[in-house]
Amino acid sequence: MSAPAIRVTGTAFLGEAPLFSGLDFRAVAGGWTCILGPSGVGKSTLIRLIAGLETGARFDGTVAASDDAPLEGRVAWMAQQDDLLPWLSVAQNAGLGARLRGTGADAAAIAGLLRRAGLSDHAAKRPAQLSGGQRQRAALARTLMEDRPVVLLDEPFSALDARTRAEMQDLAFAMLEGRSVVLVTHDPGEAARLGSRIWLMGRDGLAEMPLPAAPPIRRVDDPGCLEVQGALLARMRGTP
Amino acid sequence: MRGALRPLLPALALLALWQGIVWAAAMPAFILPSPARVATALISNAGLILHHAGVTLAEVLAGLALGALAGAATALAMAVSPLARSLIRPALVLTQALPVFALAPILTLWLGYGLWSKVLMAVLIIYFPVASAFFDGLMRTPPGWTDLARVMGAPGRRILWHVRVPAAVPALASGLRLAAVYAPIGAIIGEWVGASQGLGYLMLLANGRAKIDLMFAALIVLAVMTLLLHRAVGWACDRAVARMG
Repeated sequence: MSAPAIRVTGTAFLGEAPLFSGLDFRAVAGGWTCILGPSGVGKSTLIRLIAGLETGARFDGTVAASDDAPLEGRVAWMAQQDDLLPWLSVAQNAGLGARLRGTGADAAAIAGLLRRAGLSDHAAKRPAQLSGGQRQRAALARTLMEDRPVVLLDEPFSALDARTRAEMQDLAFAMLEGRSVVLVTHDPGEAARLGSRIWLMGRDGLAEMPLPAAPPIRRVDDPGCLEVQGALLARMRGTP
Repeated sequence: MRGALRPLLPALALLALWQGIVWAAAMPAFILPSPARVATALISNAGLILHHAGVTLAEVLAGLALGALAGAATALAMAVSPLARSLIRPALVLTQALPVFALAPILTLWLGYGLWSKVLMAVLIIYFPVASAFFDGLMRTPPGWTDLARVMGAPGRRILWHVRVPAAVPALASGLRLAAVYAPIGAIIGEWVGASQGLGYLMLLANGRAKIDLMFAALIVLAVMTLLLHRAVGWACDRAVARMG
């Protein structure tokens, strides 16, 4: 599985008004690309375009992978809501993709992933019996069961408390190693920790942001990481 | 135990009020028989009432099963096909605009005095609540679940069976709870219009012969039957919903 780089160019319209125009977004191959920005500037539209999902906007442009093969069938998706089906067990949720495609789920692979996600004791439970952090770990296990080279994360950790969020970032970074990950977030600290490339998306389009010196994943108290986090927040607030 | 007895309190209060009116207004028994007289009628006619209650119960159960099946199938067809939606929706509204009571004589004319005209009445009366509740549920799948299923490469048919239908079970359950109360109404109307058996028939017969105590006894049996049916359907639905998480 070689993870491709991704490039999205074009203009999206909501009705007649452009949501973003002249966009040129590039995601790195085999690393984390973060899209940071306030609500309503089209972050979700951009990541949904890559996922091939309905966006509600009219898009005039291209979504392409660096290996020129179509992205369809090579993408896994995880959103802010864990989207676990409440009538299935944690293990069944992890194997949802195979169930939905009508192919048998690999029970050993599910057990292995749940173990890595620290959910071995919870495999038979229903999602309602789990904490928010555990639910998000189950959703991460489900995402990894798909075993796709491109992983799209639409604010997956934003509903978690600070400590659980940092733990989830560590776990996700370790588990998604080698894949091309696109992360939409409005947390500058998250982008500074994880990004191999950080884009700031605003009303006036995309701008590429400088990175901390250390390679990701950076420690939460890494000075370079904190400095970039501050700079990103200042840019988001419009103060230089 | 206290919880189980609580529903009996209003029933006891009603019984006391009933007895009070009989005493205070000195009602003749052919207008309003006393509770004791009704109880006597119930016991002395137990075999007769049981026979007619059995007929009505069979009509109600058959109507409930067929109506729920038809309503659920209609909702599924409407959920998957916009064409079916545009064709069926006006017809569905029409079944509500047309009072089922008005159809009873025609159904009896077409299907005869037997079981099926009553079953069809019950079906007609519950078809709409079941179809519309289930359809609403099918159209309200959380969008995140269908997004996820699409990215996973699931065909629409499998998204329907594995995501949308289970997600709509609570909505279907609320339609079925309503149906459990409505179905006996349909059966009784059918029996009033033309029947030779059933609690509705027995009530008309007793009324005509001024056996008001027997009529009340039949009415009480009908009410208890409907309550138990509602309870049973509610219990089954609760279990199904609990399994759905």
